[in-house]
Amino acid sequence: MASKKTNQNKVTSEDANSRRDFIKKSGLFTALALTPPSLVMASEKKWDEKIAEYLETVPLSIEVNGTKHNLNIEPRTTLLDLLREQLQLTGTKKGCDHGQCGACTVHVNGTRILSCLSLASMQQNAQVTTIEGLAKGKKLHPMQEAFIKHDGFQCGYCTPGQIMSGIACIKEGHANSREEIREYMSGNICRCGAYHNIVDAITEVKEGGKEI
Amino acid sequence: MSKTSNINRVDGFAKVTGSATYSAEYKTAGVVYACLVGSTIAKGRIKTIDTKKAEWAPGVLAVITHLNVDKPAGYEKAKDKHNFGQPLQIFKDDSVLYYDQPIALVIADTFERMRYAASLIKADYFKEEHSTELKKAAEKEKKVETDKGNDYHRGEHDGYKNAEVILETEYTIPTEVHNPMELANIIAKWEGNKPILYTKSQGVEGTRRSVAGVFGVPVEDVEVHAEYLGGAFGMGLHTWPYEIAALIGAKKLNRPVKLVLHREQMFTNVGFRPYTIQKMGLGATKDGKLTGLTHEAVAMTSSYEDFMEGTVNMSRFIYDCPNVSTRYRIVPLDTCTPIWMRGPGEATGSFALESAMDEMAYKLNLDPIEFRKLNYAEKDQEQNKPWSSKYLLECYEGGMERIGWKNRKNEPGSVKEGNWLVGYGMGTGTFGCYRSPTSVKAKLLANGDLVLQCSVNDMGPGTATMMTAIGAEVIGLPAENVIIEMGKSGLPKGPTQGGSATTSSVGSAVHDACNLLLSKVIELASKSSSLKGIAITDLTFENGVISSKKDKSKSVTLATLLSSNKLEDFEVENLSKAAEEAKKYSIYSFSVHFVKVLVNPNLGKIRLAHVVSCADIGTVINQKTSAGQMFGGAVGGIGMGLMEALEIDHRFGRPINNNFADYHVPVNADIEKQEVFFVNKKDPISNPMGTKGLGETALVGMAPAIANAVFNATGKRVRDLPITLDKIIETVKV
Repeated sequence: MASKKTNQNKVTSEDANSRRDFIKKSGLFTALALTPPSLVMASEKKWDEKIAEYLETVPLSIEVNGTKHNLNIEPRTTLLDLLREQLQLTGTKKGCDHGQCGACTVHVNGTRILSCLSLASMQQNAQVTTIEGLAKGKKLHPMQEAFIKHDGFQCGYCTPGQIMSGIACIKEGHANSREEIREYMSGNICRCGAYHNIVDAITEVKEGGKEI
Repeated sequence: MSKTSNINRVDGFAKVTGSATYSAEYKTAGVVYACLVGSTIAKGRIKTIDTKKAEWAPGVLAVITHLNVDKPAGYEKAKDKHNFGQPLQIFKDDSVLYYDQPIALVIADTFERMRYAASLIKADYFKEEHSTELKKAAEKEKKVETDKGNDYHRGEHDGYKNAEVILETEYTIPTEVHNPMELANIIAKWEGNKPILYTKSQGVEGTRRSVAGVFGVPVEDVEVHAEYLGGAFGMGLHTWPYEIAALIGAKKLNRPVKLVLHREQMFTNVGFRPYTIQKMGLGATKDGKLTGLTHEAVAMTSSYEDFMEGTVNMSRFIYDCPNVSTRYRIVPLDTCTPIWMRGPGEATGSFALESAMDEMAYKLNLDPIEFRKLNYAEKDQEQNKPWSSKYLLECYEGGMERIGWKNRKNEPGSVKEGNWLVGYGMGTGTFGCYRSPTSVKAKLLANGDLVLQCSVNDMGPGTATMMTAIGAEVIGLPAENVIIEMGKSGLPKGPTQGGSATTSSVGSAVHDACNLLLSKVIELASKSSSLKGIAITDLTFENGVISSKKDKSKSVTLATLLSSNKLEDFEVENLSKAAEEAKKYSIYSFSVHFVKVLVNPNLGKIRLAHVVSCADIGTVINQKTSAGQMFGGAVGGIGMGLMEALEIDHRFGRPINNNFADYHVPVNADIEKQEVFFVNKKDPISNPMGTKGLGETALVGMAPAIANAVFNATGKRVRDLPITLDKIIETVKV
């Protein structure tokens, strides 16, 4: 599925007036302001809206869970907000926006990162895997199965981040003992306090030796 | 053991695949983004507020302040009292009552534009002197003007003072913040005059009533969705100003508005466990019998709501003692109103009581558990009622064995492992078992599935899983055939999730509704041709077939029964309430937390080498989810004991550590070895299943267990939480 810019919250006609007011005052449009007819025409055809959108965005090519997206995004958009608000992949969670809680952990080119600390525009041509990309239909990833079996969560909000981190923890070679798992999973806060069961789940996946 | 006693969480698949939908995640066409801008002073009035730059910023749709707000109709009607339940009326006027109080709502078409525009709002203030420090505001101390706020006395007032051995101590707990991982969030919209909220609420029906009151609309017109909550721990027990703000914005724009608090705002705007100072007076005979106990607490509240919790309650009944006095006072400060946080009151109170019990045991040269056993309460002396059930002694025994209590020496600092000082400690917890009237609809479908409906929600303890287990047991179905519909208005009315009452309330309602459904199905089946003449008591329902107990060949399937009666499904709705009999008893859960600490005497570093949490919670419906809740409660208590404190810069009345880098909560590395033990004996009185409640008592008693273990390891008594290394290192000598 190749999607174009999917900002479903695009400004609609009801608020376009304030939008055009802004553009009239914008320094970029001083030249246009000197030629009133073109401004009027631009305004009437809402070209100013389109031009502003163009000026405010940067192109981004990104692959998420195997799907390529060619997007125009705001440079200020974080990878986390791109996933949640524009691609509707809300499995990746927002917990702090400061890289302090781990809820937004995703894999970029096979490495775990905090998606709230990465601008989406920095991920040109990156391959991103989120929690939605782990299961094959109803067939769960071994880590997802282990989290259910060992009850590695309660409210479920930190869970996607824990699972993405747990997989990476094993791949990095940091799951050789319960102590090591605890250390390398400490970037993911679970306020429900399911740590004991999370370590059980990761240990089982590591020892099970299944491909992850 | 029943077939359902260890089932996996029924919402597990949704939660591990990211498909569980939390409030801000509902796909809503045309949704726009909002945030709140907070005041930068703690008390005063807004002189000017400059919103122009924000209004002109790209994509901005509205900036709402007290100057241009369309005030909700209910603002005028609100009582001019400080009773709890009258929250801050957002944008009502120019007054500022606490730091970071919302003074503007900014709404824009995208998240990024909204955040930028919000940064452009500037306000000037008429500052007034604020008061945020409990210790310096004692002159404002007052009683809470409700029955629960009254002083309590049994026997002689402050009778401890006449004892052979007297202990007088003071304990402090700081402000502690719930901080669920999911931020407080809402999508608000209107359909005509009907508000619709997707919000982080622990009580769908409570939120409906609050919103109806604020906007002056009928309760039945308020639609609330809270199907998944990313934790709450009490934070979702209030309808907060941010929810009202989003509704105001949505109404103004006639568009859905999404508002997610920043983590920083979670520290200032949605409640906390209040800073509390407690004084304990204990009196005992030389051989260890308590003769007097006085427990006084002074806790903070806000300037506009009188918040209280049961901080001193546990001291009235947990030990056998003839002379008991308790007093509870509040001090209004210039902060947001506190809200009950997991183990409310008791968690705070148990820190003082169970620390003092430990201190007294040392004074008497008694083992702390022996001292408690000497003062074991055979009945509830506060209510003068028998216990419905009490397996506290079994909790002591179970914990002592698992933690290795026999290795403990009463002399502090006398046990070492390498360079580490070893200490053992324990703390008792308790919490009342409550049961609220609850309606549940139970529906059998032709395909054999059972649908259970209730508006109660599940913030993480596993309510849906519990409902599934009970429904499957009663009807005799595999758990896979049970479908749960919950967490939204329009369903049969359930209680707020809180006070450890959900299983007792909703589980009982599921139990009763399913039994009723079963009897109605059998009654109808007895009239069918294939079962005619067989007594109802001789019929049984199993796996979708009603048959004679004596002759299985005489049977009718549910599908046939439905079609022959021209029914699509078979349903009952039932309101379930506590039995009158229950009032004759005192019904409490009990817990005992045991910890083994290792303390590095050079660095003051504290490690929890082993934590064992034992509980008498009546019947355990599901071993897996209950253990998870007990593990989690203990972790919450570890945070309270060792890490959590919201530090305020009182010069400005604002928090210093309003983020997860500076406000420490337990992480995986902090939890070395954890065990859970349930007595798992049915309570004969509490409810049909014999459960007693778990969520709160899972935390209550953990903080004092740690403090007591640290004393045992080091000889250093820490009476002000959290027990950070600086408090250890100053006195420990190598």
